Amino acid sequence: MQLVNQKTHKPRLRQRPFKEVAFDWGIKILFSLIILGIIYPLWFIIIASFSTPADIMSGNSFLWPKVITFAGYKELFSAELIWRGYLNTIIYTVVGTFVQLAVNLPAGYAVSRSELVGKKWIFLFFTIPMFIGGGLIPSYLNIRNLGLLNNPLALILPGAVSTYNILVIRTFFKTSIPESLWEASIMDGCSLFRYFIQIALPLSKAIIAVIGLWAAVGIWNSWFDAMIYLDNENLHPLQLVLRRVLLSNEYLGQSGANNLISHTELFNRAQMMKYAAMIVSTLPIMCSYPFLQKYFNQGVMIGSVKE
Amino acid sequence: MLLPAVIILFVFAYLPMYGIVIAFQNYSPALGVMHSPWVGFANFNEFLHSYQLYRTLKNTLVISFYSLFVGFPLPVILALLTHQLRTGMFKKTFQVITYLPHFISTMIICGMLVMFLSPNSGLVAMVAHLFKATAPNYLAMPKLFSSIVVWSDVWQNLGWDSIIYLAALAGIDPTLYEAATIDGATKFDQMRHIDYPLLMPTVITLLILRAGGILGVGLEKVLLLQNNLNITASEVISTYVYKMGLLNSQFSLSTAIGLFNAIINFALLLTVNKISKHYTDTSLF
Repeated sequence: MQLVNQKTHKPRLRQRPFKEVAFDWGIKILFSLIILGIIYPLWFIIIASFSTPADIMSGNSFLWPKVITFAGYKELFSAELIWRGYLNTIIYTVVGTFVQLAVNLPAGYAVSRSELVGKKWIFLFFTIPMFIGGGLIPSYLNIRNLGLLNNPLALILPGAVSTYNILVIRTFFKTSIPESLWEASIMDGCSLFRYFIQIALPLSKAIIAVIGLWAAVGIWNSWFDAMIYLDNENLHPLQLVLRRVLLSNEYLGQSGANNLISHTELFNRAQMMKYAAMIVSTLPIMCSYPFLQKYFNQGVMIGSVKE
Repeated sequence: MLLPAVIILFVFAYLPMYGIVIAFQNYSPALGVMHSPWVGFANFNEFLHSYQLYRTLKNTLVISFYSLFVGFPLPVILALLTHQLRTGMFKKTFQVITYLPHFISTMIICGMLVMFLSPNSGLVAMVAHLFKATAPNYLAMPKLFSSIVVWSDVWQNLGWDSIIYLAALAGIDPTLYEAATIDGATKFDQMRHIDYPLLMPTVITLLILRAGGILGVGLEKVLLLQNNLNITASEVISTYVYKMGLLNSQFSLSTAIGLFNAIINFALLLTVNKISKHYTDTSLF
């Protein structure tokens, strides 16, 4: 019976009906359009950062800059505030990522141990803030009362603990590091702390990479906390400086002081500088993205198959 | 080992929770939380009777329902279609590219929108120029504000939001497809009768979570795209709280509005969860 069935259906499998082929091609065409819709605006920024606004407006630089100019980048490199912002962001990202790992990894490890006492209470303590928060104003007043206004720690500490990440780390430790390793180490007189540093951590490179990357991207792109907690513009991260350049139309380049330049020329340079600023500030993430993409996805997957 | 995490959480998450009590006080920083006079529900009353209530509530609901109806189903559809593609170069390229915009910061996205939509430079003006037309200033039009916010979100997160559904689809037992093929089901039939029903529990779980955020329109983007010309459509509850609280220093009033917002969100989450439990047997708790 089975044999007959297979025989009658085999040709159907090999020669797919027109409807199905059309369905396949329909999807492919639709997806190609989506790809185009995502790529072109990004490509446009790249072109616009290298061409004069006149070329852009006339449509001469639709796919490729007609005349390549570096004026926008020149302006950008002359704006000191942008580079200070860049440096600040790098410092905040490095320190912030380190703090997040230093806080969440041991916590995740601790809750993964079965001999932990008061597990229920600890779990409750960590999950409540996931659902209930003080809100904007109480958080702000809290930071103010702690005397952390105008202190970069206000950007790093409040978001340092992530219950979600702690749960992911716990799952990793529970499933990926064999219990026998712990038993063997205890036999040899290894302390809990030493076991964590010398044995568990070196085996956890994958999870450290995933969590570290997420933390780094998050800090790199954030600006709201900096806006409300930091008044001193020398401490401002890159995203906040970009806000002045892109949205408040402030001109931070050097040519502003030069009276010999016409108003139109100044506008043109400011325009090119905006596009250049977008490119330069997103460059680190975009350059590392193709290599790190699989880690990013892994992060989502680990989260979705939790428990 | 737990100590650093516990201390940080206590100081930065639990202390502000206690700070919510100022919603029921006439808080003054000089007196502090302990000595500020209690005023009961006066702050809530003030907001519920102000003309801002109608405007901010309406704008918040418009943007969030718009984004729910557009931004929620599209990633599901995309995942169903992506799942039809055979693994290969095309699928991989498609995924890498659609995930990409997710990593661009809100600031840059808003910068892009402002530049692209500006009437005298940028992408839209260029296209209009090619057709010998002049582009209006879209960001100055209150009518378009919600569309700009919602569709730029779609552009940024369409691919990324579909990952979770793709993961669910990847977990479907392959023998189901084999059986369906043998029974003569086309790819489209398989999508309708296998993928779709098996994806539903995931979809509903995410929908419940989303419902809990219906009054939680993202503050950052709206704040950045807001200007004096579109303010009638762009003042939402969260931007109002920010302005009243941090720019006008009305700490108690804005905390009360924030709390009002949070309570409605929580109530919505519970309601949708209950409805879903009743009709589909899927629920969070």
